[in-house]
Amino acid sequence: MLEVINARKIFLAGTPNEHVALDNISFTLSEGEFVTLIGSNGAGKSTLFNAIGGTFWLNSGKILLHGEDITYMPEHHRASMIGRLFQNPAKGTAPNMTIEENLALAYNRKLRKGLRIGVHREDVKLFREKLAMLDMGLENRLKTKVGLLSGGQRQAVALLMATLGKPRLLLLDEHTAALDPAAAEKVMQITKDIVNQENITTMMITHNIQSALETGSRTIMMDRGKIILDITGKDRDNLTVGRLMELYSQQSKDIVVSDRMLLNR
Amino acid sequence: MTLLVGSVQLGLIYGMLALGIYISFRILNIPDLTADGSFTLGLSVSAAMTIAGHPLLGILLAIIAGAIAGAITGLLQTKLEIHPILAGIITMSSLYSINLYILGSRSNLSLIGSKSIFNQEEWLFLNKQVLGTLIPLIFCFLTLIILIWFFKTHLGLCIRATGDNEEMVRASSINVDAMKIVAVAISNACIGLSGAVLAQYQGYADISSGIGIMVVGLASAIIGEAIFGRRSLTMGLFSAILGSLIYRFIIAAALKSNIFPAYMLRVVSAFIVVFALSIPIIKKHLEFRRMRKKAGQNA
Ligand SMILES: Nc1ncnc2c1ncn2[C@@H]1O[C@H](COP(=O)(O)OP(=O)(O)O)[C@@H](O)[C@H]1O
Ligand SMILES: [Mg+2]
Repeated sequence: MLEVINARKIFLAGTPNEHVALDNISFTLSEGEFVTLIGSNGAGKSTLFNAIGGTFWLNSGKILLHGEDITYMPEHHRASMIGRLFQNPAKGTAPNMTIEENLALAYNRKLRKGLRIGVHREDVKLFREKLAMLDMGLENRLKTKVGLLSGGQRQAVALLMATLGKPRLLLLDEHTAALDPAAAEKVMQITKDIVNQENITTMMITHNIQSALETGSRTIMMDRGKIILDITGKDRDNLTVGRLMELYSQQSKDIVVSDRMLLNR
Repeated sequence: MTLLVGSVQLGLIYGMLALGIYISFRILNIPDLTADGSFTLGLSVSAAMTIAGHPLLGILLAIIAGAIAGAITGLLQTKLEIHPILAGIITMSSLYSINLYILGSRSNLSLIGSKSIFNQEEWLFLNKQVLGTLIPLIFCFLTLIILIWFFKTHLGLCIRATGDNEEMVRASSINVDAMKIVAVAISNACIGLSGAVLAQYQGYADISSGIGIMVVGLASAIIGEAIFGRRSLTMGLFSAILGSLIYRFIIAAALKSNIFPAYMLRVVSAFIVVFALSIPIIKKHLEFRRMRKKAGQNA
């Protein structure tokens, strides 16, 4: 369903600060898969999401979604197929608009309603149901400005917004990292519920390795723009955090060694 | 009494200007300087069409002309990525030539002897003062109602979101550039309309009418906001008009009492804007001083 083929992204190409953020990455996701993505800071995880989401274009390589080549599709065109959530809850919602206006915005975006009324009566019923599922009491605060909500509440609303339009792919970039532990756990639970219920193909970046192994069905680890581990099924079930760390230091040592070998040549 | 009536009339006419400014500055969150040009454009188109015998059509065309001027600024801002302030200045300065052209290379066009919407024979059973108040009231009210409705539609929500969180809108399937162009066009359509009604109300169009008009509109919008708040968008739009009325009362009262001569109007507007914009800083300073004093007492 998602195919990334030889994706390469170079920042500041041609300058002394040139940086290869994605180093010919390839992988395939199948329908309904829930993948967790881990890796050290600067590994290129967010860059990968930005490339898939269309924030910028790849230097080379291809991205296919449902067989359609979206490599050079403008961001706002692919946005109706790809839902995204970021670390900062403020990024996903409009603070001066009400909860129902925010949801309506996300819900109607595919339908291109133009001059029809934005917040429709029937839709409000649906919003209320969806909000009730969050169990945060937001179903009674439809006319509250989103800017007045707590970080966790805002992120939950943003998550609803990202999934209301039934996207084909959901990209979550450390979306619980900025929340306090209780809120983070709550939002993570909601995430799992929604993804399971709607059966959305999902990739989630997290810095919590434990949660990466517990959530979803497959884990990918990146380092310096490359995929160094891609694990599913039994292998993954048997993997512990400690063993994963071992694997990681092993892998990154290999890269350091090979770099040194290159330099010594 | 005539002072009061005159202020109400002008306040309503300039209220549409304030609505336009409110859309660009407050809803879209982009400073747009096209206003000076599009206001005079509205005046010129309306005056020229009135002389040609089509006053009502003139108002309609002025709205369209204002929208086109705004759309051009919007295109410069988005497609050519020119800084919004510069984009507005470019459109505004080229409009100067276009306005001169519309006025027939004159800097002033009088409507004396032409039939405007304010002196149609079939309406003359109405008292002139009543008509002079009723017509601006109708235009202003209609504009307000249409805008309130528009910003509740899906397109309207998209524009508000663009002004509120552009990054979010970029990451959703809304075309940010298109939203900005539409919003700046609507803003300048309102401003053009304001100029168009004013031309027929005062009976002439002058090439320099638009100078500094952006500050006048902004002053009105800010006064309204300061007094009535911006709890909701509907309230915000409504308060822009009320702000315009209050602004006219202040000006009329000050002129009447000879506090300052008429040519100082723009300076006064500028003062009002600077004062209103500095309220948050003043509040912060007062708060800081209060805290320091309290801390000093406790020490
Ligand atoms: N827009 C950009 N311009 C230049 N360098 C960038 C840009 N975005 C990311 N980078 C660099 O690319 C590397 C990967 O970043 P990122 O994908 O954000 O890492 P992470 O895995 O922590 O999400 C980092 O070294 C970062 O500094
Ligand atoms: Mg990151």
